[in-house]
Amino acid sequence: MAKQIIETDSVVVKFVGDSGDGMQLSGTLFSDAAALGGNDIATFPDYPAEIRAPHNTIAGVSGYQVHIGSHIYSSGDKCDFLVAMNPASFRSNLKWAKKGATIIVDIDTFTDEAMTKAGYTSNPFTDELEREYTIVKAPVTSFTKRIGEEKGADLKTSEKCRNMFALGIIFYVTNKSLKQTETYLERKFAKKPAVVELNKAVLREGYEYAEKLELIHSHIVEVSHAKMPDGKYRNITGNVATAWGLLAASERSGRQLFLGSYPITPATDVMVELAKHKSLGARVFQAEDEIAGICSAIGASYAGALACTSTSGPGLSLKSEALGLAVMTELPLVVVDVQRGGPSTGLPTKTEQSDLNQALYGRNGEAPLIVVAASSSANCFYWAYTAAKLALEHMTPVILLTDGYLGNGSQLFRIPKVADLPGITPRLATPNDPNYRPFRRDEETFAREWAIPGMEGLRHRVGGLEKCPDGPLSTDPENHALMVHNRQEKVNRVANYIPDQEVTGDPNADLLVVGWGGTSGALTLAVEEMNKEGKKVAYTHFNYICPLPKNTGEILHKYKKIVVCELNNGQFAGYLRTQFPECPMKQYNKIMGLPFEVGELKDCFTKILGE
Amino acid sequence: MAERHFVPKADKEYTKADFQSDQMVKWCPGCGDHAILASLLATFPKTGHKKENICMVSGIGCSSRIPYYVDTYGFHSIHGRACAIATGVKLANPSLSVWVNMGDGDSMAIGGNHLIHAVRRNQDLNITIFNNEIYGLTKGQYSPTTKFGQVTKTSPYGTIDYPFNPGELVMGAQGTFFARALDCVPQLTTSIMTRAAQHDGTSVVEVLQNCMIFNDKTHAAITDRAVRDDRTIILEHGKPMIFGKDKNKGIRFNGRCLEAVTIGENGITMDDIMIHDETTEDTGIHMMLARMSGDLPVAIGVIRNVKKTSYTQLYEDQMDECKATGKYHCVDDLLNSGDTWIVE
Repeated sequence: MAKQIIETDSVVVKFVGDSGDGMQLSGTLFSDAAALGGNDIATFPDYPAEIRAPHNTIAGVSGYQVHIGSHIYSSGDKCDFLVAMNPASFRSNLKWAKKGATIIVDIDTFTDEAMTKAGYTSNPFTDELEREYTIVKAPVTSFTKRIGEEKGADLKTSEKCRNMFALGIIFYVTNKSLKQTETYLERKFAKKPAVVELNKAVLREGYEYAEKLELIHSHIVEVSHAKMPDGKYRNITGNVATAWGLLAASERSGRQLFLGSYPITPATDVMVELAKHKSLGARVFQAEDEIAGICSAIGASYAGALACTSTSGPGLSLKSEALGLAVMTELPLVVVDVQRGGPSTGLPTKTEQSDLNQALYGRNGEAPLIVVAASSSANCFYWAYTAAKLALEHMTPVILLTDGYLGNGSQLFRIPKVADLPGITPRLATPNDPNYRPFRRDEETFAREWAIPGMEGLRHRVGGLEKCPDGPLSTDPENHALMVHNRQEKVNRVANYIPDQEVTGDPNADLLVVGWGGTSGALTLAVEEMNKEGKKVAYTHFNYICPLPKNTGEILHKYKKIVVCELNNGQFAGYLRTQFPECPMKQYNKIMGLPFEVGELKDCFTKILGE
Repeated sequence: MAERHFVPKADKEYTKADFQSDQMVKWCPGCGDHAILASLLATFPKTGHKKENICMVSGIGCSSRIPYYVDTYGFHSIHGRACAIATGVKLANPSLSVWVNMGDGDSMAIGGNHLIHAVRRNQDLNITIFNNEIYGLTKGQYSPTTKFGQVTKTSPYGTIDYPFNPGELVMGAQGTFFARALDCVPQLTTSIMTRAAQHDGTSVVEVLQNCMIFNDKTHAAITDRAVRDDRTIILEHGKPMIFGKDKNKGIRFNGRCLEAVTIGENGITMDDIMIHDETTEDTGIHMMLARMSGDLPVAIGVIRNVKKTSYTQLYEDQMDECKATGKYHCVDDLLNSGDTWIVE
C-alpha cells in the first residue's frame, strides 16, 4: 500500500514503559521536536511514586503523554498512538488508547514470565484486539541489541537506547524530522561521542523500520501547525514557570528572592529550579522540614526579602501555624502549593484540587489571606508573579495553588519582556519617619508599612501575639475586634485591585460552567466543542479565589443552571455557596488522581441541559 | 578563604541604657530572666554593632518575651521555631546581628529539630537557651531538661524521661561554640555572651536560670553561694582547670575519664591538672566537660570555641561567585535561554 498522509488538527501520543525505560525522555524529546516544528503542545508525565518499582510490574509503569496540534488546551484525553515498552505498560494503558489507535509494542518483552507478571493468563493479542487497533509488534529490544553489538557497546548501554527506537517509529508516523532530536543528543552527550552515535543509530533504525512497515502506511499523520500570536516561544513546565515568575517579581520589585523549602512531590522542582539561579540573586534554603521552610521564609520576609516557600498538601498542613504567624505579623509571603491527591500521603504523583479548603480556612483564629490559582503550565509564570505582587503591595501572605498536572506538565510559553510586566511597588517604610507605627495602615488598601531591620529609626517588634496599631501588645477586647476586622478588610479590599471575572461561550447560555485552577484546558475544549454543536453553554474560570472578583455574584445570578467542576468533592462549590446561597449550583467532581476528560465533561453538561 | 564580616560597626559608643526598651518587663519578681536580660543589655554595647542591625528572635515561653524588652528590631515568633525564623533573617540579610532566645522546652522539645540543624549548619547566629528545667508559662510541666524522677504537674509520680544535656546536643550536632552561664553571676554571663557574639558561626550559650515559682532552686545545688565554688568550675582557655573555695581542686584526665582531685593529696600536683583548650576540634574532651555533674563540678564558661567557616560566609561566597561567573545577568536572559523559536 502506498504511503498515505492524513492531515489532522491534533494528535495525542503516549509513551509507556517500565520506570527506567526512558519514557519521560522520549516524551520530552518528541514534544520539543513538535514545538520547534511549529505545533502547539501540552504534555503530561504520569509516573509512579516509586523510583524503580519491581521490574515489569503494573506498579512500575511510567508514562508521558504528548498532545500536539494547532491549538492545544490540555494534554488530551485518550491517545492516537500508544508506545508500550513491556506487557505491564501495555495492559495498564490500553484503556487510554482511542478505538482504532495505533499501538506500538516491544514484542521482544512479551515473554511468558513478563506477561504473567503483568497479570496475563493468555496471549493478549486476540483477534478482537487486532481488529480494534493497529498493533505494531516491533522487535525493539533485539534490533537495539544488534546495533549495540555493531557499535561495540555493552549490553547495558544498548538496552538504555530502546526508547530511541520507539521514538524513531513515532517520528516516522507523525511525519517529523529526526534533526532536532539528533542535535539534542549531540549536545547532551557531547563528551561521549560513542553514546551519541549509538543513540542516533537506534533512532534512525526505528525510523527506517517504520518506513518499511506497510501496516502503518495508512496511519501516518501530519499535524497542522499552530496558529499562535506572533512572538518568541519556548516549552516550559508549570514548576519551572512558577520559579521564573518569582524571579521576575523579585527583579521588578527590587526585593531579593528567598525560597525556604523542603523536598516534596510534586513541588520539588520549584526549589530545584531556583537553586540554579544564585547569579540572579535567588537565595534558596533547603530547610530541615516543612515548618522550617516557611519559618525561614517568614524570617526572610521580616528581613526584607520577597520570601516564598513551595510545598504540596501534607507540607501545607505542617505550615498552618506559621501561616497564621505571617497573617498576624502582616508580612508579605508567597506559598506555592502544588496540589496532589490527598488526604495524608495520598497519591503523591497524581493530581487533585483538594487543598482549596485548607488554603482558605486551614489556620487557627480568624486568619484571612489571599488565594490565587494558576490554570495552565505556562500561566504559572504569571500567577507566581501576581502572587508576589499582591503579597508585596498588600502586606499579606498569598497562597498560590497549582497542581501536579500543571507543575509537571509542559506547554508552549510566549516569552514576555520583564519590563512589560505590571510594576510592583512594595510598601516600604521611610527610615527615621517619626510617625512610623508598625500597624499604621494605608487608607485605601489597609496594608501596613514594611520597616526592615537595618533601617534607621524604625526599630519595632512583631510577633504572634495580638498588637495594637501602634505596635505594643494588647489584650484589649475592642482592640482585638478592630485588628481582626482590619486584617479581614485588607484582604477584602484586594478585590478593588483585580480585574473582573470573564465569561466565554454562548452569551445566551442556559448553563454556566464554572471551573477554577488547573482544569481550564479540558473545560475550555468541552465548552468550545459544545458551542460548535449549537449547545447553549457558557464558561467562567476562576484564578482569583480569595477574594473573588467583584462581579462574581452578578455573573452567577445570570444563569438558570450552574455546574461547578473540580477535581475534589466540591470545595469551590461549597465556598461559592457560602457567599451566594441564593444561587443553586450543581457539581461535577472527579477524585481519581486524574485530570478531567473532555468527553466526560460534555456528557455531564449535555445531561444537565436536558434536565 | 578570607574571613568576612557582614555586620556593620556602630559609629558611636552605646551604653546599656541605649538598649532598654520602653516596655514594662512582666516577668515574676525574682525571676532569673531579669538578670539574663541585664547581661544581654550589657553585652550589646560591647559587640560594637550598630543598633539598627541587631535583631532579636524568640519562640514562645517566659524567656521568649525578651525582644519586647530590648530596643532593637525583634521578632517574638511561635513555639519552637525561633531558630528557623532566625535562619531566614540572617540568610536574607547577613548584615544583621541575629540573637535567638529560647527556653529549654522551646529549644529542645518542640524546637529540637530546628536547634540541631541550626547548630549543624553553623550559620552566624547567637543562640541563648534559658534553662530552668520546667515549662513556666504553662505553669509547671516537666521539660526535656527536668531532672529524672522529678515530680511536676504532669509527672505526679516522678518523671521517667531521661533529660537532655544541651551541651551534648550541641556537640553531637558538630557545634562550634558552646558555653554555660549562671543567671546569678551576670558579669560572667555578659563576658560569655560577648565571646559568643565574636564567634563566627552558631554559638549556643546555656544559662542555668531559676524559675522561682514553678521550679525554685532547681540549680541551687550548684549555684548557692555556700557551695558554688566547690560545685562549679569556671573554665578559661589556656588555664588549668582549678576550682574550689580554696582553689586547691582541679580536674584530671585519668586516661579513661575526668576526675576531680585535690592538689597536694595523693601526690597530685599542678602538673596533673588539665589545661582548658576550647579550640580542640575533636568534641571528646568538650563533651566530657559539658557532662560534668555529680562528683565533678559543673563546667561554666566557654567550653568549646572552634573555628570552622560559617554557613553565612560559605553562602555569601557562593552567591558572589555565581554572580561573577553566572550565565544570566537578568531574568530576560533566563527566559530567552535554551531552545526558543519565533512565530511570525
